[in-house]
Amino acid sequence: MPEKPLTQHIPADRQALDLRAYESVGGYEGFRKALGGMTPQAMQQVVKDSGLRGRGGAGFPTGMKWSFTPMGADAPHPKYVVANADEMEPGTFKDRLLMEGNPHQLIEGLALAGFAIEADVAFIFIRGEYTLAQERLTRALAEAYEAGFLGKDILKSGYSLEMRLHVSGGRYMCGEETGLLNALEGKRANPRAKPPFPQVSGLWGKPTIVNNVETLSNIPHIVAKGAEWFKGLSHSPDAGTKLYGASGKVKRPGIWELPMSTTIRELLEEHAGGMRDGVRFRGLLPGGASTDFLVEEHLDTPMDFTSVQNAGSRLGTGTMIVLDDQTCPVGMTSNLTAFFAQESCGWCTPCWSGLGWAKQILAAMEEGHGKEGDLDKLSFQSKFWSPGHTFCALAPGAAEPLQSALKFFREDFERHIREQRCPWRA
Amino acid sequence: MLTAEERQEIKAELEHYPTKQAVCIDAMKIVQRHRGWVSDESIRDIGELLGMSVADLDGVATFYNLIHRKPVGRHVVMVCNSVSCWIMGYETIRQHLTSRLGIDFGETTPDGRFTLLPIVCLGACDRAPAMMIDDQFYGDLDPAKIDQLLEEFK
Repeated sequence: MPEKPLTQHIPADRQALDLRAYESVGGYEGFRKALGGMTPQAMQQVVKDSGLRGRGGAGFPTGMKWSFTPMGADAPHPKYVVANADEMEPGTFKDRLLMEGNPHQLIEGLALAGFAIEADVAFIFIRGEYTLAQERLTRALAEAYEAGFLGKDILKSGYSLEMRLHVSGGRYMCGEETGLLNALEGKRANPRAKPPFPQVSGLWGKPTIVNNVETLSNIPHIVAKGAEWFKGLSHSPDAGTKLYGASGKVKRPGIWELPMSTTIRELLEEHAGGMRDGVRFRGLLPGGASTDFLVEEHLDTPMDFTSVQNAGSRLGTGTMIVLDDQTCPVGMTSNLTAFFAQESCGWCTPCWSGLGWAKQILAAMEEGHGKEGDLDKLSFQSKFWSPGHTFCALAPGAAEPLQSALKFFREDFERHIREQRCPWRA
Repeated sequence: MLTAEERQEIKAELEHYPTKQAVCIDAMKIVQRHRGWVSDESIRDIGELLGMSVADLDGVATFYNLIHRKPVGRHVVMVCNSVSCWIMGYETIRQHLTSRLGIDFGETTPDGRFTLLPIVCLGACDRAPAMMIDDQFYGDLDPAKIDQLLEEFK
């Protein structure tokens, strides 16, 4: 059986591990080890050596991200670490499991990240709708404070860290790193220009690290068991395990922790149990709403950062959304584009204007009012959503499903226009 | 006027942040927890307390999905309309809810019992189609389950 460090102790009913249960399976050992004798630099090094890449979607190497933080006596304080627990990427439901089932694992990972950059304050930025995870994290934070894992002079190491749960007002943009910082400061979650990067000038202008929940949940295990162990969990040079998921009309939708680079076919056929009776596979978004469609010919692609990119998409969050032959690909694209248009913060013109236009074209097409030239308009508009035209990745993310749908399902789009109706609607 | 209790809860938040503005979203949520929604008057009162202009604070209020700037019913039903739920039958769920409650999105039943709102992906796509009623999540929905659920919220 392959190891499942992140989820093996989460019971089937997802009852959260309390502090005692967490410690009985090795919890806070990594934290004790780090505070008992490691330097923050050594902490950063082990995470660099492990090859851990961010699990929130972008896949940036975590240790490298940390290493840009100013360190030492001259560094500005307070420094901040933030857990991005704003899981709002449509089709993504992995961080919910980690927080509901093992809240201490996240707290320990965030505290370790704090130690690695000599942070003073930590926030868990969680979406408002995750009420159960909020409850469990609140309880776990109280336990961690009481046991002396948080607060002043932790475990008599001289290191102090305050940690606080911050519940979001709710908006997709809050998951964007710099949007999240603005939200924490009590502002609209518009993105910020980079540089300066948050590691140098983040929350209230101070050095700040933002990491995804799954990323942080890996840290305690890497510190306790080492970089080589972590690399050995994977089928490829992209290290570690990955929480994969599938939703849509598969037999068993769900989340599975598996070696990084498990193939799409294995996920779909073995873990998700294949397609439901009566429907056939047509395509999928491999890692949430903002990734390019992949189709039949890509099924043997290993789900890791490099392989999925080579196949023409992105690993994203690793949670797949499956399109079947009874579901209209134009309708699905219309739904996705409407989401991005609604969630655009309005900061950059190609995003707020172009997405709104594309949304209207697609909705009209679904209603039977498609026009000659619509597909060219969609291609033209979506060109301006590419990186470099906007402050953040929302518009580039919106372009991915639309452009790939136009490529793989072009005949379906053309049929909508030709027949002046959606063939999937009665 | 903010009540003494609301002021106290907002002030307790202030201790944890370096600026007053940082707690403005929490402050609006505190008021909403007590009153169900955030009125123009509350925006003005919170703005005064935190040193923010009405325009600034309303700009923040209207940015976020979970701040209600209009009165809502005793229970808020939020139906996920994102992609996985859409594939798994969102249209049926929406039609059933609107006809059963006799209201569209953004409206409240005449008896003040339910407000119906759309919401983006609730992060439980293995249980699509899904919705929330107040703070509680419900998945694997079908019309019969919805009828049963609505009965539980008076």
